[in-house]
Amino acid sequence: MAVLGSPAQRPNAQHSSSRGHGPLKRRLVVGVLVLASLALITVYFREAQGGVLHGAQSAGETVLRPFETGAERVARPFRDAYGYGKGLVDAKSENTRLRAEVDQLRQQVIQNQTALQENIHLRAALGYLDSPRFPADYYPINARVIAQPPSEFEQQIVISAGSANGVPANASVVTSDGLVGQVTLRVARASLVVLLTDASFAVAAKDLGSGAFGILRHGQGTGSLVLDRVPKDKVVQVGDTVVTAGSQLGSRLPSSYPVGIPIGRVTSVGQSDTDLYKKIQVQPFVDLGALDAVTVLASRKPVPHLP
Amino acid sequence: MTLDAVKAGLLLFVAAVLQASIMPSISLLGAAPNLLLVTLLSIALLRGAVFGALCGFFAGLLLDTATLGTLGLTSLLLTVGAYWIGRYGETTGRDRFHAPYVSVAVVTVLYAVGALALHFMLGDAVSARVVLVDALVPGLIFNLILTAPVYALVRRALPPRDWSAERSGEVSLLG
Repeated sequence: MAVLGSPAQRPNAQHSSSRGHGPLKRRLVVGVLVLASLALITVYFREAQGGVLHGAQSAGETVLRPFETGAERVARPFRDAYGYGKGLVDAKSENTRLRAEVDQLRQQVIQNQTALQENIHLRAALGYLDSPRFPADYYPINARVIAQPPSEFEQQIVISAGSANGVPANASVVTSDGLVGQVTLRVARASLVVLLTDASFAVAAKDLGSGAFGILRHGQGTGSLVLDRVPKDKVVQVGDTVVTAGSQLGSRLPSSYPVGIPIGRVTSVGQSDTDLYKKIQVQPFVDLGALDAVTVLASRKPVPHLP
Repeated sequence: MTLDAVKAGLLLFVAAVLQASIMPSISLLGAAPNLLLVTLLSIALLRGAVFGALCGFFAGLLLDTATLGTLGLTSLLLTVGAYWIGRYGETTGRDRFHAPYVSVAVVTVLYAVGALALHFMLGDAVSARVVLVDALVPGLIFNLILTAPVYALVRRALPPRDWSAERSGEVSLLG
């Protein structure tokens, strides 16, 4: 504040970068910068995702990522302390509310246990048809990866199992770490699998920490994923696990992915004033650059189609 | 000039990295502080319009790259904002105690309106209510809180020019 109390002195007329320039030159510089910005917006907006500007931005983001990660790690204790302090403010009222909720939930647990037993008996009595559930209702078809992604722009692999081996159309492909992608083309003894990081890939996903649903798709950085369409009021934390969400009520098309396949971990959560949704970046669990073998999930039950 | 550019570049780089990585997590009532904007305006106020505009352009590129936003969008907003505040610093804003606060307050509002308009023109999903009603006031308060320490830091790194050097060339009245 003491610094602000002192007058903000005017830059030297002779040495100042601005005042040394005439009005024409000054306007010329700012005009060129504004035109350059408009040109960047236009080209970036119109070019394909593999365009020059997108590529340069991706490279720049890769360079900046370590700095961002470092800053995030340095700030984490302070952020935790901020969160802790913020939580303490509401702790008393929250404690009262949670105690009431615990009492209510305790009664619900008893009711639910009773309902669960009834449910098991009734399902058995009715011969109830359920949708396939991962992993119990799927059987694995293990396959070797016989062709790796040819370039950064074609995120596809070829595996050594095809329709003759029982690989279903649009089947999910996983490893023990999580989701890899989806079968898009089958021949007798081989299948083409589009990876998570392909530009055409999208899957309904759920953040386990907050319960928020969104659409997981290819991010602009190399190997990065973005969880889109998550409202700003959802509290998504860095480190949360993201899994497949399955078919959502109200969606027109059923998801071909079973519920609950791990996809990745949230690495950054951001939002700007102008966006309706959060900007969530997700790092896939699976190292897609080092795939040797994968598992194709084939359903034991037919996947239901939504009306 | 070169030393000033290096110092300003370092300040803006750190501010952009912090803006992309940490600042969004300090959100309150749907708004987060804009450290990069406050740093840039402080630089523009102390170093003038052209220097500010150049810094704004590159700071915008840096932020758009770090956040994978539409390249050039933030550059456009920051270039215009910094140029304007640079002119304010060169003319009427000099010697004013409240200059940093007024600059940050006005540009924060105009930045929000400008960003809304640009995103709308690009066909992005934007809500005027969220930007102008929900988030603007908390964001403005955040930025004003940041103004004092950030301006002090920038002023230390880029001190105002020596007045005596300018006076030496002036004619002084006798008597």
